[in-house]
Amino acid sequence: MTVHIMLFGQLADITGVDKITIENCLDTDSMVKSLQNTYPALIQSTFVIAVDKKIISSNTLLTDQCTVALLPPFSGG
Amino acid sequence: MKEETPSYERYQRQILLKGFGLEGQHKLLQAKVLVIGAGGLGCPALQYLAAAGVGTIGIVDEDIVSITNLHRQILFTVDDIGLQKAFIAKERLAKLNPEIIIINYNERLTTRNALKIINDYDIVIDATDNFSTRYLINDACVLLNKPIVYGAVSQFEGQVAILNYHSTIGIASANYRDLFPTPPIDGEVLNCAEAGVLGVLTGIIGSMQASETIKIITGIGKPLVNTVLTYHSLTNQLYEIEIVAKAATRSLIPANAADFITMDYEWFCTSSNNKFEIGIENFNRIANSADVEIIDVRELGESPMPTDFNYVQIPLSQFNNNIAAIKKETIVVFCQSGKRSLQAAQLLFDTFGETKTIYSLKGGITEWVKNKSTEKR
Repeated sequence: MTVHIMLFGQLADITGVDKITIENCLDTDSMVKSLQNTYPALIQSTFVIAVDKKIISSNTLLTDQCTVALLPPFSGG
Repeated sequence: MKEETPSYERYQRQILLKGFGLEGQHKLLQAKVLVIGAGGLGCPALQYLAAAGVGTIGIVDEDIVSITNLHRQILFTVDDIGLQKAFIAKERLAKLNPEIIIINYNERLTTRNALKIINDYDIVIDATDNFSTRYLINDACVLLNKPIVYGAVSQFEGQVAILNYHSTIGIASANYRDLFPTPPIDGEVLNCAEAGVLGVLTGIIGSMQASETIKIITGIGKPLVNTVLTYHSLTNQLYEIEIVAKAATRSLIPANAADFITMDYEWFCTSSNNKFEIGIENFNRIANSADVEIIDVRELGESPMPTDFNYVQIPLSQFNNNIAAIKKETIVVFCQSGKRSLQAAQLLFDTFGETKTIYSLKGGITEWVKNKSTEKR
């Protein structure tokens, strides 16, 4: 099962890339844990998670080829 | 509308548009829009709204024009440096379109004035540059039932959304707290002064805010209601995300005007993480001690590089892999402004807990250099 992750703003600065593909990830909680293991600075980061373009507020099951977006808040103007 | 018979000639090219027409123009001339922040987002939004003939425009900004504003705040010129932004913006816009009413508020939006000012308008454009005002605007607009056209930028990326918009078809409208319920920890998200911003990006996002405002006033097109649109100027990537209203959100917002006035948004957005900060005087006192490890957490290549004390470089992006080896009892981290170093201090604390004393240089190396040059005088 393949999940496509998109990272925005300062999250992409932390990972160094704006797109990550991961395999065999069941739900959003385990996806976040796996990302935080690879990029510990993400533990400190605030972001919302959207699965297939819709914001979720609790752990959500992922499906093959779904896209998960991690969106941080911006303050600038 | 100021005049009995406004000149429709200036609006002729938009009145021609399908679905817009005289009716759309009338709606614009009747509309009252409040733009909070006359900066990178506010300047272009104001120009297009004034040009389009929005009948009443309010401008809230307590700031004065400085030279670092001019690469993106295109209403201002070098002659305006040191002058009130809201006042200058009003003068410029009145020359662009003398047929509309423009009101300037040369003051900071606070819990004391927000409800009174916002209440006089139909739509609020959030063009501010800080989280405390963004949360304040959101909560005030929820209490007053006013839609927000939100815009925010960071470096090369921007976000636009229409929040708290109650459409006639009865879909519950999401607000900013449905997107981000509480502010990030202080120091986590850098502002334009720290992270930088591409001037033209604020022009694009501010213009999108003006466009969305015109769409909801005139009722044309498909506005970004309950949707946050992200735009990346380097890749031209556009991505839309649907925001879902949550029942729990309302409990985060003050229940009524009286509760709102007692909220301290400044504190709410900055209080969470100051336990690590060390001032310059105290820092200078310990900087050359053998027990103190000083770490520059800026990315490699950032300047200035201080020479008055010894330090190691561990960029924040590679921080966690490199901190376990630190032996000294006291650690001071610094960066450019003191924000990233707060994050680094938190990471150190997560690793070492109370076993080491951890400090973050307040105001960063920028403040330290400034202090050093005043001491020399």
